[in-house]
Amino acid sequence: MKWDKILKLLGIILAVAVVALMAVKPLIPGVDWLPFTNQIKQGLDLKGGVHVVLEAQDTPDAPVTLDRVKQAMAIIENRVNAFGVAEPVVQMEGSRRIIVELAGISDPEEAVRNLIKTAYLEFKTEDGTTVLTGRQLKNAMEGTNPQTGEAEVNLEFEPDGAKIFAEVTARNVGKRLAIVLDGNVIQAPGIREPIPNGRAQISPYESLDEAHNIAILLRSGSLPVKLEVMEERTVGPTLGADSLDKSIKAGIAGLIAILAFMILYYRVPGLVANLALTIYTLLVLIIYAALNVTMTLPGIAGFLLSLGMAVDANIIIFERLKEEIKSGKTLRSAIDAGFKRAFVAILDSNVTTLIAAAVLYYFGTGPIKGFAITLSIGILCSMFTAITMTRWLLHLVAASNLARNNKLYGA
Amino acid sequence: MLSLRERMPFHFIKLRRIWYIFSAVLVIPGLIFLFSQGLHLGIDFTGGNLMDLRFSQATSVEQVRGVLSGSGLGDSHIQQSGDTDFIIRTGELSEEQSANLVQALETNFGEFTILRNERVGPTIGRELLNKALGALVVASVLMIIYISWRFEFKQGLAAVLGLIHNVLVVLGFISIFQLEVDSAFVAAILTIIGYSINDTIVIFDRIRENMLNKKKGDLLENVINASLWQTLARSINTVLTVVMILVAMLLFGGTTIHNMVLALLIGIVCGAYTSICIASPLWYEMKKLENRPKTKAARA
Repeated sequence: MKWDKILKLLGIILAVAVVALMAVKPLIPGVDWLPFTNQIKQGLDLKGGVHVVLEAQDTPDAPVTLDRVKQAMAIIENRVNAFGVAEPVVQMEGSRRIIVELAGISDPEEAVRNLIKTAYLEFKTEDGTTVLTGRQLKNAMEGTNPQTGEAEVNLEFEPDGAKIFAEVTARNVGKRLAIVLDGNVIQAPGIREPIPNGRAQISPYESLDEAHNIAILLRSGSLPVKLEVMEERTVGPTLGADSLDKSIKAGIAGLIAILAFMILYYRVPGLVANLALTIYTLLVLIIYAALNVTMTLPGIAGFLLSLGMAVDANIIIFERLKEEIKSGKTLRSAIDAGFKRAFVAILDSNVTTLIAAAVLYYFGTGPIKGFAITLSIGILCSMFTAITMTRWLLHLVAASNLARNNKLYGA
Repeated sequence: MLSLRERMPFHFIKLRRIWYIFSAVLVIPGLIFLFSQGLHLGIDFTGGNLMDLRFSQATSVEQVRGVLSGSGLGDSHIQQSGDTDFIIRTGELSEEQSANLVQALETNFGEFTILRNERVGPTIGRELLNKALGALVVASVLMIIYISWRFEFKQGLAAVLGLIHNVLVVLGFISIFQLEVDSAFVAAILTIIGYSINDTIVIFDRIRENMLNKKKGDLLENVINASLWQTLARSINTVLTVVMILVAMLLFGGTTIHNMVLALLIGIVCGAYTSICIASPLWYEMKKLENRPKTKAARA
C-alpha cells in the first residue's frame, strides 16, 4: 500500500463529490449560481412557450427587402419587450424570416394573438381603395391641441407618403378616410381640408389615454412589410415540466444501470471508469451552463447518447487492457500499451460521429441544432475524459497497490 | 480454458452467405412496405396542425370526432392516450379556424389544457424534408472521405453500404408500423449513422492493425475473422450500455420522444450486427474482386 497515492485518490473522490453536490444542491446559502445545473437554459419544449416563424411576403406596394425585414424585426422586438416576458428571442433566419420565441407565458394562444399579430396598417378612401400603407407612415404621437386643449394624435408621413396624402386629402375633402389595421377599421376621421405637408392631426379624443392607445396602434401597425405566420408551435407548461421530469428520471435510471454494469463486468477499471464518467457528466453540465447551451428534449437525448459514447471509449480501453495483461505485460506497461492502441480506435470512431453531428448542426433548425450541439460537446468531453482522466486514475490505482491481482482488472 | 476470442466457435466470413440471407429477410419486407404504403410523415414534413389536449373528464374518440365533424374536420386523425389525452392532427388551419375549434371543444367538453399546439406551413415542411435528405447525403459523403483517408476507400464504401442497409432496416420498420416521422426522427437516423459507423470503424481499426502484423500465408478471411472475435466483447458491451440508456428513455421518457427512441433502439442494435456481419464481409468481397484479375494475369 502506498498511502500518498491512496490519499490522492481519496482527495479526487472527495472533490468530485463536492462538485456533484454543487451541481444539484444549493450548497452555500447566498451564492445564487448554485446549484449550477439551474444555470442551464431550458428550451421551449421543457419550460413551455411559443415558437413562431414569420415570413415577409411581397405585396405590390411593399416588396420584401432586407432593410424592411430588419425594420419589421425591430418593431416586433419592441412589441415583445413591451409584453415583458423573460428572455424573449427575436432573430432573423435567412433574409425574409423572423423567429420569435416566448417562454413561460400562462396563455400562449392569447400571447401570440396579442404579440405577433402581423398588424398591417392601411388608409382607405370611402370607395375602398387603399391609398397609403403603414410603410409610408413615419410616426404617430399623441398630444394636446394648444388652442382647444383637446387630445389628438399627430401623424407624420414619409416624403413619398406625404405626397400621396396631399393628393388624397385634396380630392376627398368632406369625406372620410378609414384607418384599417389588419382588416379592422380602427377609426374613420373626416377630412376637413387638403393637407400638403405630410403632417396631420386626428381629433378630438375623449382623453389623452385614448389618443395614446391609438398612436401606439398606428405606430406599431406601421410594419414596413406584410408578415405571415409560417410555423407556430406552442408547448403548454404542463407538458414541458412533465417532459423534463421524465427525462431526468430516464437519465438517472440509465446512468445507474451503466454504472452497475461497468463494475460487475470490468471490476477495478469499471470503478475507475465510473469515477471518470461522473467527472465527464459534471464537465459536460458545466460546459452547457458556461456556453449558454439551451437544453431541449432532443438535446437531452444527445447528452445521454454522448454518455453512451463515453462509456464506449472506456470499454475499448479496458478490452485492450485485458489483452495486454494476458499477453504477460506488467500492469503499468499494460495500461500504457492498452491506451496507445485504444486511442486510434477512439479517435477515428468519434471523429466520424462528430462529422454526422456537424452536418446535423449545419442543416438542422431549432431543437435538432440543440441535439447536434449537446452531442458534439459530449463527444469532445468523452474523448478528453476517457483518454486523460481514465488513464491517470488507472495509473494512480495501480501505483497505490490497492488492487494487485490481475483478476481484479477483468483479465 | 480458452476464452471465446481464442476458440472462435464459428467463422464470421465463411458464414457470410447466412448473414446475407438474414439481411435480405430483414430488409425486403420493409422495402415492400416502403414502396407500397410509404412513410407516415408528420406535420413537420407535410404541413398541418397538431393539437395535444388534456380534457378534464374522460372522453372518447367518437365524441371528439363528433365535435370535429361539426367544424368540418371529421376526417382528422385522432389519437387517444389514457382517458383524457388526445392528439388531433388536421390539415393546416388558419388562426380563426383554430380558435373556432378550441371554442367548439370547450363548449362540448368544458375546460381543457392545451399541452401542445403546432401549426406548420407546407413550405416549411418541404424545406425540412429537403434539408433532411441533404444532411443524410452530405454526412455520408464526408464520412466516406474521412474513412478513405484514415483507412482505404473500399472500407469507406463497405462502411457506407452497411449504413444504407442499417437505415433501410429502420425505415422499413417505421413504415411497417406506420410510426410518425417528425424532425426528431431525422436526428435519430443521423445518430444511428454516427453510431453504426463508429462500430464499424472500431472493427476496421482492428483489421488495419492485424493486417500490419499479418504473417505470410495468413488468409485475409482468417485475419478478418480473428479481428471480429477480438472486438466482439467490446461490440456487445457497447451496444448493451447504449441499449440500457435507450430502454430507460423508452420506459421513463415522455411520449414526445417515444418514436425517436424506438428508432434509435432498432438502429443501434441492428448497427452492431451490420458492422460485424455485413460491412466486414462486404469489404472482404471487394478485396477478393481486387485480387482476381491479378491471378489471371499471372497465369497468362
